[in-house]
Order: sequence, then structure tokens, then C-alpha cells
Amino acid sequence: MTTIDFSTTIGNAWFPAPTFTASGCASSGRELAQFFPLREMGGVVTKSVMSRVRPGRPTPRMAETPSGMLNSIGLQGPGIDAFLAQDIPYLVEQKARVIVSIAGETVEEYSTLARKLRSVSGISAVEVNISCPNVENRGLVFACDPDASRRVIDGVRRTLGGELPIIAKLSPDVTDLVSIARGVVDAGADGLALINTVLGMVINVNTMRPQLGGKTGGLSGPAIRPIAVRAVYQVHAALPKTPILGMGGIANGKDALEMILAGASGVSIGTASFGNPTAIMSIQSELKQMLIDRGFKSLKDAIGYAHRVEEVTNE
Amino acid sequence: MSPINKNAKQVLAPIASNKRVGTYHQIIVNIGDLAQKCKPGNFVAIKVGGENSALVLRRAFAISRVSTSSATGGTMELIVAPGGQGSTWLCDRIEGDLIDIVVPLGTAFGVPTEPVPVLLVGGGYGSAPLFGLAEILNARGSRVDMILGASTSSNIYAPMEGKRAVNTMRIYTEDGSAGQTGRVTDNLYEQIKDLKAAVVYSCGPMSMLSAITTITKALDVVHQCSVEESMACGIGICMTCVLPVQGEDGSVSMLRSCIDGPVMDGSSVSWNQVGKAL
Repeated sequence: MTTIDFSTTIGNAWFPAPTFTASGCASSGRELAQFFPLREMGGVVTKSVMSRVRPGRPTPRMAETPSGMLNSIGLQGPGIDAFLAQDIPYLVEQKARVIVSIAGETVEEYSTLARKLRSVSGISAVEVNISCPNVENRGLVFACDPDASRRVIDGVRRTLGGELPIIAKLSPDVTDLVSIARGVVDAGADGLALINTVLGMVINVNTMRPQLGGKTGGLSGPAIRPIAVRAVYQVHAALPKTPILGMGGIANGKDALEMILAGASGVSIGTASFGNPTAIMSIQSELKQMLIDRGFKSLKDAIGYAHRVEEVTNE
Repeated sequence: MSPINKNAKQVLAPIASNKRVGTYHQIIVNIGDLAQKCKPGNFVAIKVGGENSALVLRRAFAISRVSTSSATGGTMELIVAPGGQGSTWLCDRIEGDLIDIVVPLGTAFGVPTEPVPVLLVGGGYGSAPLFGLAEILNARGSRVDMILGASTSSNIYAPMEGKRAVNTMRIYTEDGSAGQTGRVTDNLYEQIKDLKAAVVYSCGPMSMLSAITTITKALDVVHQCSVEESMACGIGICMTCVLPVQGEDGSVSMLRSCIDGPVMDGSSVSWNQVGKAL
């Protein structure tokens, strides 16, 4: 049997497989555990957690769209203390590798959240979600502002010290993604998560009002995949040493391979899990087989392979 | 903390039959031993649209009845009216077609430990799961009465065989095309009192469930209702299908109708906050 080194690294964190949940798409992890052992994927990226309990946005929170969906959850969650008390011990007990995703309303809130994570064991990395589109004030989307993005990551880096890798989750809804990526990497991010959902809207033609309670929502699913592949490709070209967690509509092994070839060190699966609770398992095995079929000895050899420059040979 | 989705399995299941009855379809699916795990109130999440479909989300359908004794093993019955793309696709399936299902999901109707009079209230095709429930309640010795309502007669679901477990059935239509003209809630207060109903079970539009709760609260009668809210995953990971529910400490939090429901205690749902920011 052909074998392959399927492992990947983000900063100093090692994962046996390059497949992850996308933040906000696996809740606490318990819900998916009925369908496959959580330790069998690369890792669980938990739902972005804030300092306090947050009820989220009004319903309806969902609208299906062609090859995708809009969501408008608004970071509903139990708050960091309940999360650390209830969810982390469960994931650790399941032997899942855990990337904790945090979200704040201010630069200080991110640092406060990071401080709470310092002493928690069983965490592989921290995702700093600076790009949730479902906030009342678009000015709060830090990832749309290069300076605010840098300040958040700088604060988290200082609080965490040098131990836990930081992954900054960025929005595609910007003019110059590369400059924002460069800024957060300079500020201390070890990796990048690309992309968060794309801001969108559906209007119900019967009520003749926006379909979602929160009016706007984040578009996800295969509809946004080319945007995600482009984003990963552009950022990898500019920052080839920075590991990227690629996401946006990955639904099968081929989609995952596309993202790896564009420059992602790993892939996150979100909307596909909504349609198929075992999607991550099938994507993982399909990706592995496609890499073997193409002669790769390790996943790492395939990362960014679409950027290669062919030697010109004269015959 | 109790396990979530603890009986749920994802399987490819064959369609045993698909019969068009008036404006809806009665679809029977072979689900083998999983039928033993399905209780009235549970639902199934079905992948729709086929291999290359642009429909990325599953569709949730209430299980109207299960049989554990059919010749081909266990089956579940679904009552589906073709409306959107997903339900239309499902209604186009024929005997032998395989469908990708996740079942059973969600909470079930609680059955009283002692036989007590109960009243079942259904709106439109929402009444479908009430017939499976009626059979179980009837078998346990409860007196079962039923009230059904819809905008018009063709949207009433009341199969002949389903009536066996029911003592009386009243029908209301808003256009008067069947039964009495009006709504299920018009005389509900008096009917609950007359029947001395100890529990009201309901399934239908949210406005109906809310109106029933007002009446059951006034009479201090238990109201178990099956709610509906836009749902993306059906297994608790997407957080879209939430409803404001009051906990024992009085605080209201957004609970998922897929795993903390669809069957909820009507008196705990904060109906006037549905669709609003908390």
C-alpha cells in the first residue's frame, strides 16, 4: 500500500491530517461526535467565543442560495468561562486536537480572551477571528482595517507570549487582502485562516423585505470557492512561508486539493458538514488518495504546488 | 451533559413506496432497525437534489409514523407536500430509489405515565406526526381527541386509518371549505375544559403554537408543541434554528430547535421574542 505523510504544521502545532472544522460550523464538537470520532480529523476549530454570553442575532438566521447559504448567527455563544469549563474538557477527553477561536468587540477584549487561554492545557493553537461579518457595526470588522487588524494580533501576541500559534482569520471583503495579511503576520500571527464568509443579502419577494432577521449575512458554500482559492493563492504568493488554513465551499477531496495547491497547509470544512455530517471524513480520505495518485510523498510537497515555475528546456 | 444526536445514523435508505394522495405524498422509507429508535416528534434530515445539485442543505421532515413489523423490516412514513425545490425532488422519488438520510433527530413528544385525556391540535400538514402519536397514546389507554385546521380543505391531513386511534375529530378551515369556518384556537379554551384534557400536543405554524400556549397557560394545562424554524443542518452545528426559551431561572436563551426541539414545552417558549433580538 502506498503511504503518504499526511501531517501538517501551523507554527509549532502539528496535526496528523490537514482537515479541520471551520469555526462556527461544529458548535462544541459533541454534535458531530455521534457521526465520527473527533480525533480522526486534523483538528476541531471551535465556534468563536467572546468574553460574555451572547444571544446572537434574531431569526430567521439562514437562507439557502444557489450552491451556498447565508447565515446570520452573530456569534451566539456561552462566553469564555463556560466554554473553557464545559467544551474544552470534552474535546480533550475525545483526544481531539483543538484550535480555539476567539472574537472580541474591542482590541482589549481579544487580549482578555487570550489571557484566559494561557493556562489551558490541550489547546494546539488560537484562531483570532477578526472578520465575522455578522456584527451590527461594519466598523467592528477589524479585518477590513489594516491598522485595527495589526493592533488586535499584536495585543493577543503580547498576552499569549511565544507559545501558542496564532491564526488570524481574515475577510475576503477587502480591496487589498495581501496588505492586511502582511500586517497581521508582522504583528505576530503564525498563520492565516482564509476566508471568512462573504457579506451578502437575500430579499424575500413575498414579504418584500430582507429574508434574514439581521438583514445581511455571510455567504458560504461552493458558491464562494473560487473567491477563496484566489485569496489563498494571492496570499501564498506574497507570504510563502506563512501557513494558511484554506476554507470556503470545500465539499469534496478535489476541492480540498485545489486549496492545498493554491497554497493552503490545511483545509477547514464548514457548510459541507451542514449538508453531510460525515463530509470531513470523506474529504479527508479523498484528498489523501488524490495526493497519492499524483505521486506526492507528503502533503507538504503539494502545498502551493500551483505556483511552481516550470524549467524551460530546449530540445 | 447528555449525548447529542445519540441515536442518529446516516444511511442510504430505499424508498419503499411513494403514493400521491390529493395534494400531498405519502412516502414510505425502509430504515430497518432504526425504526425502533424513532419516536413521535422526531424528524429526519434528507439530502435532496441528487449528486450535482446546487441545493447544499438537507431538508428536515417530521416522521409521521413508523412501523417495526413490515415484511421488509422497519419503515418510516413521511407526509410531504411538494412546494420548494427540495420537497418537489423528494416527491419525485420512486420505489427503490436510495435517499441519504440522517435519522432519528430531535426531541420526541412525552407520553404521560398514567392514561389521561389528551387533545391533539394540528395545522395543515403539521398534523401528520400527530397520528403516530395518537396511536401510541391510545394504546396506552389515553382518551385522544383531535382538532385539525388549515386555510382550505385540501391542506387538511386526516387519513382514514389514522382516525381509528382518535375519539373525536373536529376540523376547521379558514375558507369554510371543510368542517367549521374558523381556526383551531376559536373554541379551544372550552374544548380543553370540556374534555378535561391534561396535555395538549400540537404541531403546525408558529403563530398557531403561540396562540395555543396562551390558552393552555390560562388553564394551567401542559402544552407540548413541535416548533419549526429555518434550519441548515438538523444536527445542532449551525445555530440557525434557534428559539428564545425561558430556563428555570427565568433567563431567556436561544435554544436550537433541532436538538432542544422540535418538541418543546410551549409554556417555556418566549413567543413574543421569536424573531427579535434578545
